[in-house]
Amino acid sequence: MGGDEGLVVRKIRHGTVIDHIPAGRALRVLRLLGATLGGGRRIAIVINAESRKLGRKDIVKIEGLEPRVEDLDRIALVAPTATVNIVRDYRVVVKRKVEPPAEVRGILRCANPTCITRKPGEPVTPRFRLVSRDPLEYQCVYCGSILGEREIVEQLGGPAPL
Amino acid sequence: MASGWRGRDVISILDFTRGELEELFLEADKVKMALRRGGLQRRPLEGKLVALAFFEPSTRTRMSFEAAAKRLGAGTIGFTGPEGTSVEKGENLADTIRMLDAYADLIVIRHRYEGSALYAAEIAEAPVVNGGDGRQHHPTQAMIDLYTVREAHGRVEGLDYAVVGDLRYGRAAASFMLALTIFRPRRLYLVYPPQLAPRREVVSALERAGVRFERAELEEVIGEVDVLYVTRIQRERFPDPEEYERVRGSYRVTASMLEGARDSLVVLHPLPRVDEIDHSVDSTRHAWYFRQARNGVPVRMALLKLILGG
Repeated sequence: MGGDEGLVVRKIRHGTVIDHIPAGRALRVLRLLGATLGGGRRIAIVINAESRKLGRKDIVKIEGLEPRVEDLDRIALVAPTATVNIVRDYRVVVKRKVEPPAEVRGILRCANPTCITRKPGEPVTPRFRLVSRDPLEYQCVYCGSILGEREIVEQLGGPAPL
Repeated sequence: MASGWRGRDVISILDFTRGELEELFLEADKVKMALRRGGLQRRPLEGKLVALAFFEPSTRTRMSFEAAAKRLGAGTIGFTGPEGTSVEKGENLADTIRMLDAYADLIVIRHRYEGSALYAAEIAEAPVVNGGDGRQHHPTQAMIDLYTVREAHGRVEGLDYAVVGDLRYGRAAASFMLALTIFRPRRLYLVYPPQLAPRREVVSALERAGVRFERAELEEVIGEVDVLYVTRIQRERFPDPEEYERVRGSYRVTASMLEGARDSLVVLHPLPRVDEIDHSVDSTRHAWYFRQARNGVPVRMALLKLILGG
């Protein structure tokens, strides 16, 4: 993690380091964490760092944040390979891989234009069930359509990969 | 018996286990026998009201639900098509369902949006029965189809099946294929033009269930199956009318094609048909589609009876 990639980013004292993000998806990860980040936090983003496992990877360091598990697992939607390190006093106290959530409410939109969740004027929240981890696939609970990783990443937008 | 059925929604055929479906078939046997003797001795759903909310036009499904409800002693309310209803004034589905929920003991819904029946079931306290949601599900049709196979062959599992026609947008075909994941077929042949291939989620369901299936041509499977399930190929699915004319001949069943068929072969069709089953087939022993249509009422009676507890 961090350290050897040449582009120096200081270690953080307290906070969260999200490592092994597929290259170019760091901003999407941040966008997905969105509201949980809060304003005024110090955030370091490393894009296209070298990685033995992934070739290239992104890293995000957020000072002073210890996110909840459900917020972390959301990250898996755009960065299924990500690992999360919680740092206290410069020491990693928790390290774990993100797990794609079994069910996703809101966040994603069904790709099928005649899905009831796309009907104007209906107060219905899209819901998706995880059907496959690798490749990542979610199925719309309402219409059965399957969303693949590419469609998910596209939907969760944020700036395009650098 | 039947405790699992009481008050239950019917959204997808996959909501049911084999045991539950067999329970339904036994109930349908009883109902059918009673009908043959001139009707039910008592009116088990006397005083109940069934709402028939057909946002899309329907004759067969709506009328057979209505007949089923009335033969059990229940009354019906409802509409067909949005004309003249509050939907035309811009009311959303959620509000229409709330209203029907207040009036009736069970709601049958048909709607062109996929997922509309599940959505209605989440809103309504009364049980909701899916009478067809867009291209997705038509579970009561699948129940009737399976019941007819059981009647013809004495069993549903272990047979060789072919499903023919529009496997992509046809909800009856989709529900029938999904139903086969509950009853293990020996083999399943899928016969379709490339534009009308089964949807990804249906293929994954077959794969996950370990069903042995493969794509095939109509001519080559007719002699290999016990059940030939034929569906309509709609002209609208083809942007090019010439392409449609070219394709449709390869998905048309005629009496002479059935000469090499197994004795046991039954031909099913959810109806209405256009010309995908030639009329020459009607007089062969393989033609089971009219019997299948007649099973609509007793199977739906059995279903309403189990859900509303008559």
